Amino acid sequence: MKKLLNTVYVTTEGAALKKDGENLVAEIEGSEKARVPLHMVASVVTFGPIFVSPALIGTCAERGITIALMDRIGRFQARIEGPVSGNVLLRRAQYRTADDAVDVVRSIVLGKLANQRAVIRRGLRDYGDEMAAPVRDALERASDRIEMILRRVQVKDDSIDLLRGAEGEAATLYFGVFNHLIRSPDATLHWTGRSRRPPLDPMNALLSFLYTLLTHDCRSACEAVGLDPAVGFLHRDRPGRPSLALDLMEELRAPLADRLALSLVNRRQLRAGDFRQMDNGAVLLTDEARKTVLTAWQERKKEERLHPFLNEKAPFGLVPYLQAQMLARHLRGDIEAYPPWFWS
Amino acid sequence: MLVLVTYDVNTLSDGGKKRLRQVARACEDWGQRVQFSVFEIELDPAQWTKLRARLESIIDAKTDSLRYYFLGTNWERRIEHVGAKPAKDLNGPLII
Repeated sequence: MKKLLNTVYVTTEGAALKKDGENLVAEIEGSEKARVPLHMVASVVTFGPIFVSPALIGTCAERGITIALMDRIGRFQARIEGPVSGNVLLRRAQYRTADDAVDVVRSIVLGKLANQRAVIRRGLRDYGDEMAAPVRDALERASDRIEMILRRVQVKDDSIDLLRGAEGEAATLYFGVFNHLIRSPDATLHWTGRSRRPPLDPMNALLSFLYTLLTHDCRSACEAVGLDPAVGFLHRDRPGRPSLALDLMEELRAPLADRLALSLVNRRQLRAGDFRQMDNGAVLLTDEARKTVLTAWQERKKEERLHPFLNEKAPFGLVPYLQAQMLARHLRGDIEAYPPWFWS
Repeated sequence: MLVLVTYDVNTLSDGGKKRLRQVARACEDWGQRVQFSVFEIELDPAQWTKLRARLESIIDAKTDSLRYYFLGTNWERRIEHVGAKPAKDLNGPLII
Protein backbone atom coordinates (compact mmCIF):
# COMPACT_ATOMS: atom_id res chain seq x y z
CA MET A 1 0.00 0.00 0.00
CA LYS A 2 1.02 3.57 -0.58
CA LYS A 3 2.98 5.07 2.23
CA LEU A 4 1.50 7.96 4.14
CA LEU A 5 3.87 10.80 3.42
CA ASN A 6 4.21 13.79 5.63
CA THR A 7 2.84 17.28 5.21
CA VAL A 8 4.95 20.23 6.25
CA TYR A 9 3.00 23.09 7.80
CA VAL A 10 4.72 26.44 8.06
CA THR A 11 3.07 28.92 10.37
CA THR A 12 5.97 31.11 11.50
CA GLU A 13 5.77 34.47 9.84
CA GLY A 14 8.84 35.34 7.83
CA ALA A 15 10.05 31.77 7.53
CA ALA A 16 11.83 30.83 4.31
CA LEU A 17 11.54 27.49 2.55
CA LYS A 18 14.40 26.51 0.31
CA LYS A 19 15.74 23.57 -1.58
CA ASP A 20 19.10 22.17 -0.65
CA GLY A 21 20.12 19.11 -2.59
CA GLU A 22 17.16 16.79 -2.25
CA ASN A 23 15.95 18.42 0.93
CA LEU A 24 13.39 20.94 1.90
CA VAL A 25 15.04 23.33 4.32
CA ALA A 26 13.09 25.74 6.49
CA GLU A 27 14.92 28.79 7.78
CA ILE A 28 13.80 31.32 10.30
CA GLU A 29 15.80 34.52 10.44
CA GLY A 30 18.62 32.89 8.56
CA SER A 31 19.05 29.86 10.79
CA GLU A 32 18.05 26.38 9.75
CA LYS A 33 15.02 25.10 11.67
CA ALA A 34 14.16 21.94 9.77
CA ARG A 35 15.53 19.77 7.02
CA VAL A 36 13.34 17.14 5.43
CA PRO A 37 14.23 14.91 2.48
CA LEU A 38 11.72 15.55 -0.30
CA HIS A 39 10.93 11.89 -0.82
CA MET A 40 9.20 11.90 2.55
CA VAL A 41 6.96 14.86 1.79
CA ALA A 42 3.57 14.79 0.07
CA SER A 43 2.64 18.41 0.43
CA VAL A 44 3.56 21.75 1.92
CA VAL A 45 1.04 24.11 3.47
CA THR A 46 2.04 27.64 4.39
CA PHE A 47 0.11 30.14 6.48
CA GLY A 48 0.66 33.83 5.95
CA PRO A 49 3.78 35.52 4.60
CA ILE A 50 6.21 32.68 4.02
CA PHE A 51 8.95 32.73 1.43
CA VAL A 52 9.14 29.75 -0.90
CA SER A 53 12.16 29.69 -3.17
CA PRO A 54 11.71 29.28 -6.93
CA ALA A 55 13.99 26.25 -6.90
CA LEU A 56 11.78 24.54 -4.34
CA ILE A 57 8.63 25.43 -6.27
CA GLY A 58 10.12 23.92 -9.42
CA THR A 59 11.19 20.69 -7.76
CA CYS A 60 7.90 20.27 -5.94
CA ALA A 61 5.93 20.79 -9.15
CA GLU A 62 8.06 18.22 -10.91
CA ARG A 63 7.62 15.60 -8.19
CA GLY A 64 3.95 16.10 -7.60
CA ILE A 65 4.39 17.70 -4.18
CA THR A 66 1.65 20.28 -3.91
CA ILE A 67 2.21 23.61 -2.23
CA ALA A 68 -0.85 25.26 -0.78
CA LEU A 69 -0.72 28.85 0.36
CA MET A 70 -3.17 29.92 3.04
CA ASP A 71 -3.51 33.38 4.49
CA ARG A 72 -2.78 34.11 8.14
CA ILE A 73 -6.13 32.91 9.32
CA GLY A 74 -6.04 29.68 7.35
CA ARG A 75 -8.15 30.61 4.36
CA PHE A 76 -7.12 29.10 1.09
CA GLN A 77 -5.30 31.50 -1.22
CA ALA A 78 -3.43 29.61 -3.89
CA ARG A 79 -2.02 26.29 -4.77
CA ILE A 80 1.03 25.48 -6.82
CA GLU A 81 0.89 22.35 -8.89
CA GLY A 82 2.84 20.72 -11.65
CA PRO A 83 1.45 19.49 -14.95
CA VAL A 84 -1.98 17.85 -14.75
CA SER A 85 -1.54 14.18 -14.08
CA GLY A 86 -3.75 11.20 -14.68
CA ASN A 87 -5.17 9.98 -17.87
CA VAL A 88 -7.74 11.42 -20.22
CA LEU A 89 -9.87 8.30 -20.25
CA LEU A 90 -10.47 8.47 -16.52
CA ARG A 91 -11.32 12.14 -16.73
CA ARG A 92 -13.71 11.56 -19.58
CA ALA A 93 -15.40 8.82 -17.60
CA GLN A 94 -15.66 11.19 -14.67
CA TYR A 95 -17.31 13.92 -16.77
CA ARG A 96 -19.74 11.45 -18.33
CA THR A 97 -20.71 10.10 -14.93
CA ALA A 98 -21.07 13.61 -13.53
CA ASP A 99 -24.05 14.14 -15.80
CA ASP A 100 -25.89 11.24 -14.26
CA ALA A 101 -24.34 10.42 -10.94
CA VAL A 102 -27.20 9.15 -8.79
CA ASP A 103 -25.37 6.00 -7.75
CA VAL A 104 -22.20 7.75 -6.68
CA VAL A 105 -24.16 10.45 -4.88
CA ARG A 106 -26.15 7.80 -3.04
CA SER A 107 -22.93 6.14 -1.87
CA ILE A 108 -21.52 9.44 -0.68
CA VAL A 109 -24.70 10.31 1.20
CA LEU A 110 -24.86 6.84 2.73
CA GLY A 111 -21.30 7.17 3.95
CA LYS A 112 -21.87 10.62 5.32
CA LEU A 113 -25.06 9.69 7.19
CA ALA A 114 -23.65 6.50 8.61
CA ASN A 115 -20.59 8.33 9.87
CA GLN A 116 -22.60 11.16 11.40
CA ARG A 117 -24.66 8.59 13.19
CA ALA A 118 -21.49 6.83 14.31
CA VAL A 119 -20.20 10.05 15.88
CA ILE A 120 -23.43 10.43 17.85
CA ARG A 121 -23.38 6.77 18.91
CA ARG A 122 -19.78 7.14 19.96
CA GLY A 123 -20.73 10.04 22.23
CA LEU A 124 -23.53 7.94 23.74
CA ARG A 125 -21.26 4.98 24.26
CA ASP A 126 -18.53 7.01 25.93
CA TYR A 127 -20.53 9.33 28.14
CA GLY A 128 -24.13 8.15 27.85
CA ASP A 129 -24.21 7.08 31.49
CA GLU A 130 -23.25 10.51 32.75
CA MET A 131 -25.79 12.34 30.61
CA ALA A 132 -29.09 13.69 31.85
CA ALA A 133 -32.03 11.64 30.58
CA PRO A 134 -33.42 14.29 28.18
CA VAL A 135 -29.99 14.79 26.65
CA ARG A 136 -29.52 11.09 26.14
CA ASP A 137 -32.97 10.84 24.62
CA ALA A 138 -32.27 13.68 22.23
CA LEU A 139 -29.11 11.95 21.05
CA GLU A 140 -30.86 8.59 20.73
CA ARG A 141 -33.67 10.20 18.78
CA ALA A 142 -31.32 11.99 16.41
CA SER A 143 -29.39 8.81 15.86
CA ASP A 144 -32.60 6.85 15.14
CA ARG A 145 -33.90 9.44 12.75
CA ILE A 146 -30.63 9.57 10.85
CA GLU A 147 -30.83 5.79 10.70
CA MET A 148 -34.32 6.08 9.20
CA ILE A 149 -33.16 8.53 6.55
CA LEU A 150 -30.29 6.16 5.87
CA ARG A 151 -32.67 3.26 5.24
CA ARG A 152 -34.89 5.39 3.06
CA VAL A 153 -31.91 6.50 0.98
CA GLN A 154 -30.79 2.92 0.64
CA VAL A 155 -34.05 1.47 -0.67
CA LYS A 156 -35.70 4.25 -2.59
CA ASP A 157 -34.50 5.17 -6.02
CA ASP A 158 -34.31 8.88 -5.34
CA SER A 159 -33.17 11.62 -7.64
CA ILE A 160 -30.02 13.55 -6.84
CA ASP A 161 -32.06 16.47 -5.54
CA LEU A 162 -33.93 14.22 -3.11
CA LEU A 163 -30.61 12.78 -1.99
CA ARG A 164 -29.32 16.27 -1.39
CA GLY A 165 -32.46 16.91 0.62
CA ALA A 166 -31.88 13.80 2.72
CA GLU A 167 -28.34 14.92 3.36
CA GLY A 168 -29.55 18.33 4.52
CA GLU A 169 -32.18 16.76 6.74
CA ALA A 170 -29.57 14.59 8.43
CA ALA A 171 -27.20 17.54 8.82
CA THR A 172 -29.91 19.49 10.63
CA LEU A 173 -30.47 16.58 12.99
CA TYR A 174 -26.79 16.04 13.52
CA PHE A 175 -25.85 19.64 14.18
CA GLY A 176 -29.03 19.96 16.24
CA VAL A 177 -27.59 17.63 18.87
CA PHE A 178 -23.93 18.49 18.34
CA ASN A 179 -23.90 20.63 21.48
CA HIS A 180 -24.66 17.56 23.59
CA LEU A 181 -21.39 16.01 22.47
CA ILE A 182 -19.36 18.90 23.83
CA ARG A 183 -18.34 18.22 27.39
CA SER A 184 -16.40 21.35 28.20
CA PRO A 185 -18.11 23.39 30.94
CA ASP A 186 -16.89 26.54 29.21
CA ALA A 187 -19.92 28.52 28.01
CA THR A 188 -18.10 30.12 25.09
CA LEU A 189 -17.33 26.72 23.64
CA HIS A 190 -20.97 25.83 23.27
CA TRP A 191 -22.57 25.08 20.00
CA THR A 192 -25.47 27.10 18.70
CA GLY A 193 -25.44 26.15 15.04
CA ARG A 194 -23.18 26.09 12.07
CA SER A 195 -21.81 29.41 10.85
CA ARG A 196 -19.11 29.98 8.30
CA ARG A 197 -17.56 32.74 6.24
CA PRO A 198 -16.86 33.89 8.83
CA PRO A 199 -17.27 31.41 11.68
CA LEU A 200 -18.94 33.28 14.52
CA ASP A 201 -18.00 31.17 17.52
CA PRO A 202 -15.02 29.07 18.67
CA MET A 203 -16.45 25.65 17.71
CA ASN A 204 -17.27 26.89 14.24
CA ALA A 205 -13.82 28.42 13.91
CA LEU A 206 -12.29 25.10 14.86
CA LEU A 207 -14.47 23.11 12.47
CA SER A 208 -13.79 25.50 9.62
CA PHE A 209 -10.07 25.21 10.16
CA LEU A 210 -10.20 21.40 10.23
CA TYR A 211 -12.39 21.33 7.12
CA THR A 212 -9.80 23.45 5.32
CA LEU A 213 -7.11 20.91 6.19
CA LEU A 214 -9.34 18.04 5.11
CA THR A 215 -10.24 19.74 1.82
CA HIS A 216 -6.56 20.13 1.11
CA ASP A 217 -5.96 16.40 1.65
CA CYS A 218 -9.02 15.37 -0.37
CA ARG A 219 -8.05 17.60 -3.21
CA SER A 220 -4.53 16.22 -3.28
CA ALA A 221 -6.02 12.72 -3.22
CA CYS A 222 -8.18 13.44 -6.29
CA GLU A 223 -5.21 14.79 -8.11
CA ALA A 224 -2.99 11.91 -7.09
CA VAL A 225 -5.25 9.34 -8.76
CA GLY A 226 -5.85 11.52 -11.79
CA LEU A 227 -9.37 12.75 -11.13
CA ASP A 228 -10.43 16.32 -11.83
CA PRO A 229 -11.09 17.86 -8.41
CA ALA A 230 -13.37 20.51 -9.89
CA VAL A 231 -16.04 18.20 -11.31
CA GLY A 232 -18.20 16.82 -8.55
CA PHE A 233 -21.30 14.72 -8.24
CA LEU A 234 -23.04 15.75 -5.06
CA HIS A 235 -21.70 19.29 -5.24
CA ARG A 236 -22.68 21.20 -8.34
CA ASP A 237 -19.93 22.62 -10.50
CA ARG A 238 -18.97 26.16 -9.73
CA PRO A 239 -15.89 28.00 -10.96
CA GLY A 240 -13.07 27.69 -8.48
CA ARG A 241 -14.83 25.20 -6.26
CA PRO A 242 -13.11 21.84 -5.79
CA SER A 243 -16.46 20.03 -6.00
CA LEU A 244 -15.09 16.50 -6.21
CA ALA A 245 -12.78 17.11 -3.25
CA LEU A 246 -15.81 18.32 -1.32
CA ASP A 247 -17.77 15.23 -2.37
CA LEU A 248 -14.98 12.99 -1.18
CA MET A 249 -14.86 14.92 2.05
CA GLU A 250 -18.52 14.45 2.95
CA GLU A 251 -18.13 11.00 4.44
CA LEU A 252 -14.93 12.00 6.24
CA ARG A 253 -16.08 15.25 7.85
CA ALA A 254 -17.77 13.73 10.86
CA PRO A 255 -15.22 11.07 11.84
CA LEU A 256 -12.04 12.95 10.94
CA ALA A 257 -12.80 16.61 11.56
CA ASP A 258 -15.83 16.81 13.87
CA ARG A 259 -14.62 13.98 16.07
CA LEU A 260 -11.18 15.58 16.39
CA ALA A 261 -12.73 18.95 17.22
CA LEU A 262 -14.75 17.30 19.97
CA SER A 263 -11.72 15.49 21.34
CA LEU A 264 -9.66 18.69 21.45
CA VAL A 265 -12.35 20.55 23.34
CA ASN A 266 -13.41 17.69 25.59
CA ARG A 267 -9.85 16.91 26.59
CA ARG A 268 -9.42 20.64 27.34
CA GLN A 269 -6.57 20.88 24.88
CA LEU A 270 -8.38 23.93 23.60
CA ARG A 271 -10.07 26.43 25.88
CA ALA A 272 -11.87 29.70 25.46
CA GLY A 273 -8.56 31.60 25.56
CA ASP A 274 -7.38 29.82 22.42
CA PHE A 275 -9.76 31.85 20.28
CA ARG A 276 -9.95 35.52 19.60
CA GLN A 277 -12.74 37.60 18.23
CA MET A 278 -12.19 40.03 15.38
CA ASP A 279 -13.99 43.33 14.92
CA ASN A 280 -16.35 41.92 12.32
CA GLY A 281 -17.53 39.20 14.68
CA ALA A 282 -15.43 36.48 13.14
CA VAL A 283 -13.75 34.12 15.60
CA LEU A 284 -10.30 32.76 14.89
CA LEU A 285 -7.83 30.38 16.46
CA THR A 286 -4.77 31.98 18.01
CA ASP A 287 -1.37 31.10 16.53
CA GLU A 288 -0.52 28.85 19.47
CA ALA A 289 -3.86 27.04 19.26
CA ARG A 290 -3.42 26.50 15.55
CA LYS A 291 -0.22 24.62 16.28
CA THR A 292 -2.06 22.46 18.79
CA VAL A 293 -4.70 21.65 16.19
CA LEU A 294 -2.15 20.92 13.47
CA THR A 295 -0.23 18.59 15.77
CA ALA A 296 -3.40 16.75 16.76
CA TRP A 297 -4.43 16.53 13.11
CA GLN A 298 -1.12 15.04 12.04
CA GLU A 299 -1.24 12.56 14.91
CA ARG A 300 -4.80 11.58 14.06
CA LYS A 301 -3.79 10.94 10.47
CA LYS A 302 -1.31 8.32 11.62
CA GLU A 303 -3.88 6.29 13.56
CA GLU A 304 -4.67 3.04 11.82
CA ARG A 305 -8.10 1.58 11.20
CA LEU A 306 -9.36 -1.32 9.20
CA HIS A 307 -10.67 -0.18 5.85
CA PRO A 308 -14.07 -1.89 5.62
CA PHE A 309 -14.02 -2.51 1.88
CA LEU A 310 -10.37 -3.30 1.30
CA ASN A 311 -10.19 -5.22 4.56
CA GLU A 312 -6.74 -3.87 5.13
CA LYS A 313 -5.36 -1.64 7.83
CA ALA A 314 -4.71 1.92 6.76
CA PRO A 315 -3.85 5.13 8.54
CA PHE A 316 -6.63 7.75 8.58
CA GLY A 317 -4.45 10.03 6.53
CA LEU A 318 -4.58 7.65 3.59
CA VAL A 319 -8.36 7.28 3.59
CA PRO A 320 -8.99 10.22 1.23
CA TYR A 321 -6.47 8.71 -1.15
CA LEU A 322 -7.97 5.22 -0.93
CA GLN A 323 -11.48 6.58 -1.46
CA ALA A 324 -10.33 8.57 -4.48
CA GLN A 325 -8.80 5.40 -5.84
CA MET A 326 -12.04 3.51 -5.25
CA LEU A 327 -13.97 6.21 -7.04
CA ALA A 328 -11.58 6.04 -9.97
CA ARG A 329 -12.04 2.28 -10.14
CA HIS A 330 -15.79 2.69 -10.16
CA LEU A 331 -15.64 5.32 -12.90
CA ARG A 332 -13.45 3.06 -14.97
CA GLY A 333 -16.00 0.30 -14.53
CA ASP A 334 -13.72 -1.99 -12.51
CA ILE A 335 -16.08 -2.11 -9.53
CA GLU A 336 -19.84 -1.94 -9.66
CA ALA A 337 -20.40 0.81 -7.12
CA TYR A 338 -18.40 3.34 -5.16
CA PRO A 339 -18.00 1.86 -1.67
CA PRO A 340 -18.24 4.53 1.01
CA TRP A 341 -15.90 4.43 3.96
CA PHE A 342 -17.73 3.57 7.14
CA TRP A 343 -16.16 4.65 10.39
CA SER A 344 -16.72 2.48 13.39
CA MET B 1 12.23 0.88 5.77
CA LEU B 2 15.00 2.50 7.71
CA VAL B 3 18.64 2.02 6.78
CA LEU B 4 21.46 3.16 8.96
CA VAL B 5 24.42 4.14 6.83
CA THR B 6 27.83 4.64 8.34
CA TYR B 7 31.00 5.30 6.45
CA ASP B 8 34.69 5.65 6.81
CA VAL B 9 36.40 7.54 4.04
CA ASN B 10 40.16 7.79 4.09
CA THR B 11 40.85 11.49 3.69
CA LEU B 12 44.60 11.02 3.41
CA SER B 13 44.39 9.13 0.15
CA ASP B 14 44.03 10.84 -3.24
CA GLY B 15 40.77 12.81 -3.52
CA GLY B 16 39.68 11.54 -0.13
CA LYS B 17 38.20 14.80 1.04
CA LYS B 18 36.17 15.11 -2.11
CA ARG B 19 34.81 11.58 -1.72
CA LEU B 20 33.94 12.26 1.90
CA ARG B 21 31.97 15.34 0.90
CA GLN B 22 30.18 13.47 -1.86
CA VAL B 23 29.23 10.55 0.38
CA ALA B 24 27.92 12.93 3.03
CA ARG B 25 25.98 14.84 0.39
CA ALA B 26 24.34 11.68 -0.95
CA CYS B 27 23.29 10.61 2.53
CA GLU B 28 22.06 14.08 3.36
CA ASP B 29 19.89 14.11 0.26
CA TRP B 30 17.97 11.09 1.47
CA GLY B 31 18.13 11.08 5.22
CA GLN B 32 19.10 12.59 8.47
CA ARG B 33 22.60 12.96 9.88
CA VAL B 34 22.43 11.62 13.42
CA GLN B 35 26.15 11.61 14.18
CA PHE B 36 29.24 12.71 12.30
CA SER B 37 29.37 9.82 9.85
CA VAL B 38 26.11 8.11 10.70
CA PHE B 39 22.89 8.66 8.81
CA GLU B 40 19.37 7.38 9.36
CA ILE B 41 17.67 7.06 6.02
CA GLU B 42 14.04 6.14 5.54
CA LEU B 43 13.12 5.07 2.05
CA ASP B 44 11.54 2.31 0.02
CA PRO B 45 13.57 -0.49 -1.60
CA ALA B 46 13.58 1.16 -5.02
CA GLN B 47 14.91 4.38 -3.60
CA TRP B 48 17.46 2.46 -1.61
CA THR B 49 18.79 0.77 -4.75
CA LYS B 50 19.33 4.19 -6.26
CA LEU B 51 21.09 5.63 -3.23
CA ARG B 52 23.19 2.54 -2.79
CA ALA B 53 24.39 2.70 -6.38
CA ARG B 54 25.24 6.35 -5.92
CA LEU B 55 27.19 5.74 -2.73
CA GLU B 56 29.12 2.83 -4.14
CA SER B 57 30.09 4.76 -7.22
CA ILE B 58 31.67 7.45 -5.07
CA ILE B 59 33.87 5.51 -2.71
CA ASP B 60 37.21 3.94 -3.37
CA ALA B 61 36.78 0.37 -2.18
CA LYS B 62 40.49 0.00 -1.48
CA THR B 63 40.59 2.68 1.20
CA ASP B 64 37.00 3.52 2.19
CA SER B 65 34.16 1.51 3.66
CA LEU B 66 30.41 1.72 3.98
CA ARG B 67 28.25 -0.22 6.40
CA TYR B 68 24.50 -0.57 6.06
CA TYR B 69 22.26 -1.65 8.92
CA PHE B 70 18.75 -2.56 7.86
CA LEU B 71 16.26 -1.78 10.59
CA GLY B 72 13.14 -2.74 8.66
CA THR B 73 9.77 -1.06 8.83
CA ASN B 74 9.26 -1.33 12.58
CA TRP B 75 12.43 0.51 13.33
CA GLU B 76 10.93 2.90 15.89
CA ARG B 77 11.18 0.34 18.64
CA ARG B 78 14.75 -0.56 17.86
CA ILE B 79 16.33 2.81 18.39
CA GLU B 80 17.13 4.55 21.62
CA HIS B 81 18.85 7.82 22.05
CA VAL B 82 20.85 9.09 24.99
CA GLY B 83 22.48 12.49 25.33
CA ALA B 84 22.72 15.54 23.13
CA LYS B 85 21.39 16.12 19.62
CA PRO B 86 18.31 13.89 19.54
CA ALA B 87 17.20 13.07 16.00
CA LYS B 88 14.06 14.64 14.55
CA ASP B 89 11.05 12.44 13.91
CA LEU B 90 10.46 13.15 10.24
CA ASN B 91 7.17 11.25 10.34
CA GLY B 92 5.84 13.27 13.22
CA PRO B 93 4.02 16.55 12.83
CA LEU B 94 6.22 18.98 10.95
CA ILE B 95 5.06 22.38 12.01
CA ILE B 96 7.44 25.24 11.58
